[in-house]
Amino acid sequence: MSEAREQILNTLRRGLKRGPVAGARRTELETRLAHPPRNPIPARAQCPHFEQVDLFVRMARNAAATVDPVTHPEEVPVAVSAFLDCEGVPLELVMASDPELAALPWPEEPTLRIERRAAVDGDKTSVSLAFAGIAETGTLMLLSGPHSPTTLNFLPDTHIVVLRTDRIVGAYEDAWDLLRARGSGMPRTVNFITGPSRSADIEQTVQMGAHGPLRLHIVLVER
Amino acid sequence: MQVTSQTFKSNAGAALRDAALQRALKNLKAGFPGKRAAAIAKLPEFDQLRAAGRDLKNHVLEHLDFYLERFEAKVIEQGGQVHWARDAAEARQIVLDICRSVAARRVTKGKSMISEEIGLNEFLEAHGIQPVETDLGEYIIQLRHEHPSHIIAPAIHLNRDQVADAFHAHHGPYGFTERNEEPRALMNEARQVLRQQFLSADVGITGANFCVAETGATVIVTNEGNGDLTQILPRVHIILASIEKMVPTLEDVGALLRLLTRSATGQEITVYTTFSSGPRRPEDLDGPEQFHVVLLDNGRSGMVGGEFQDMLRCIRCSACMNHCPVYGAIGGHAYGWVYPGPMGSVLTPQLIGIDAASQLPNASTFCGRCEEVCPMHIPLPKMMRHWREREFEQHLSPAGVRFGLSAWAFFAKRPKLYRIAAGFGAWLLRRLGGRKGRIKHLPLAGGWTAWRDLPAPQGQTFQQQWAAQRGARS
Repeated sequence: MSEAREQILNTLRRGLKRGPVAGARRTELETRLAHPPRNPIPARAQCPHFEQVDLFVRMARNAAATVDPVTHPEEVPVAVSAFLDCEGVPLELVMASDPELAALPWPEEPTLRIERRAAVDGDKTSVSLAFAGIAETGTLMLLSGPHSPTTLNFLPDTHIVVLRTDRIVGAYEDAWDLLRARGSGMPRTVNFITGPSRSADIEQTVQMGAHGPLRLHIVLVER
Repeated sequence: MQVTSQTFKSNAGAALRDAALQRALKNLKAGFPGKRAAAIAKLPEFDQLRAAGRDLKNHVLEHLDFYLERFEAKVIEQGGQVHWARDAAEARQIVLDICRSVAARRVTKGKSMISEEIGLNEFLEAHGIQPVETDLGEYIIQLRHEHPSHIIAPAIHLNRDQVADAFHAHHGPYGFTERNEEPRALMNEARQVLRQQFLSADVGITGANFCVAETGATVIVTNEGNGDLTQILPRVHIILASIEKMVPTLEDVGALLRLLTRSATGQEITVYTTFSSGPRRPEDLDGPEQFHVVLLDNGRSGMVGGEFQDMLRCIRCSACMNHCPVYGAIGGHAYGWVYPGPMGSVLTPQLIGIDAASQLPNASTFCGRCEEVCPMHIPLPKMMRHWREREFEQHLSPAGVRFGLSAWAFFAKRPKLYRIAAGFGAWLLRRLGGRKGRIKHLPLAGGWTAWRDLPAPQGQTFQQQWAAQRGARS
């Protein structure tokens, strides 16, 4: 490998007064990587599931997301349609081709124009499915994949995210457990999203809608 | 970037006389410390997390070679490339070579202090490649040909009218002919202008808050979403990371995240925290075709095992500068290089040499607030003291200071003489103070009395009082 690499590693080892990590120490480090220990987790994240759902909603709203709870997956299309209507946004969506999203009764909302693709500049609204919701901070966890291009999360002005209550967990650590349990390895991109885009770079005054979506709307499906 | 740390004292003087800067600095003092305190009050586990964060970073530094190698292997496993750079020049060249390999003409950039450290923008420009900063604050100062004055709020030294002027001067060609002064309208302008840049860039460059050895992911923590558009739209994503950014696992990222955002902006978490691993995969509809991580050393490996190792725990939250009375009075530019405030006063001498930065470790009252608020428990005042010792050893301190210290040492080594001199000094000051007991002009210390009176000593010297008290007790 490169000369720079060798020199950097050698300087580190000289400073640490040892050679490359080996033997029992190496085994220990390998074990730590294979079975990540948990760090202190805030107590507020460790509560019964129904309280975690409440906490998620509260925290997401604190971060300026809007949350619309629906009691049944079949109600998602009408909720999306009603939200766009209410916001005065055109009834056009770009959407992930995720099977779970595709299975929803979109044809029952014939006024919604839906395209299933990655987002491009000029798209007004996107719909994605969250892999998980993290109650601790009201954070959505979205994964990239063939059915969930990342551009959907950033290019449109309005981002609508469908989240099932049974995917709400307490802490970040719980979300990683859920992801590891999925079994298909790490996705290329994991996005934690908490509220709509903002900046305080002008006189430390927070303004919403910097480069990402101006609105983040969560349709929370009771499951 | 031009280093002006040598002239810190005169920089600071100019900053104190700069009315616009002083107005802007009020926003800092009114904002960050209060928001941080409120966020921490809502997290009872904060101190426990601080201890865990410190231990975690110490663990990483003790095994940094191991975690770097593991991170590299994981990045390669996912189709990415890792480039090692010993210094700024090597890092710049690596970035330029990657840009040239795809005939890049425009590069969008997410916020990266490493980019500032290696002077990347000037270098790319000199080689015919246009770098476009996309973080709102970074964009503003790029238009003004300035450098960041703060590590997370780069334009904190500016007021809205100055931003309005910069946009008015540059946004005409994009159809914005009116001068806007409302922050909302200014941000909209930037959003529209920069959207076009995102879409037309060939390469996107971001920094990294963390590099995860377990998965080979790099992590950025942002609020605007510019870092994400920077990395998902162009064909090539380059990540600039310094070697101490390693973190073993995703769990460990969570622990540091809880500390970072609260200490920085007082947010529970930022809007976007993005974990990126490798280039787009075969079935993906978007994402970069190439994924390059540049690992920069630039003197850091030499800090491991030495008296400045603790500094490598820094997660760049900016709490130390947000709470520093010196930074609050003069802002970041006076420090004369990339990293201002207490963390800069420790790091800068290491990165550019104590001879160029000898005044920075002296830019502190040792009030200790920086260490108090540091989420990583970095003993910043202690390390500034180490630098002051080195400065003295290398004969870099000003002649006046050296003379004063030698004179003091001469007397301190001769207790009898010291007692006599101290007694005489106290008597003299009392005489100078007159009936009011205040001294208006002090010879050789005019800087002190120019702005306030010196209260004259009222009674005996410390040693006389000490002796008297001991006598009374025994």
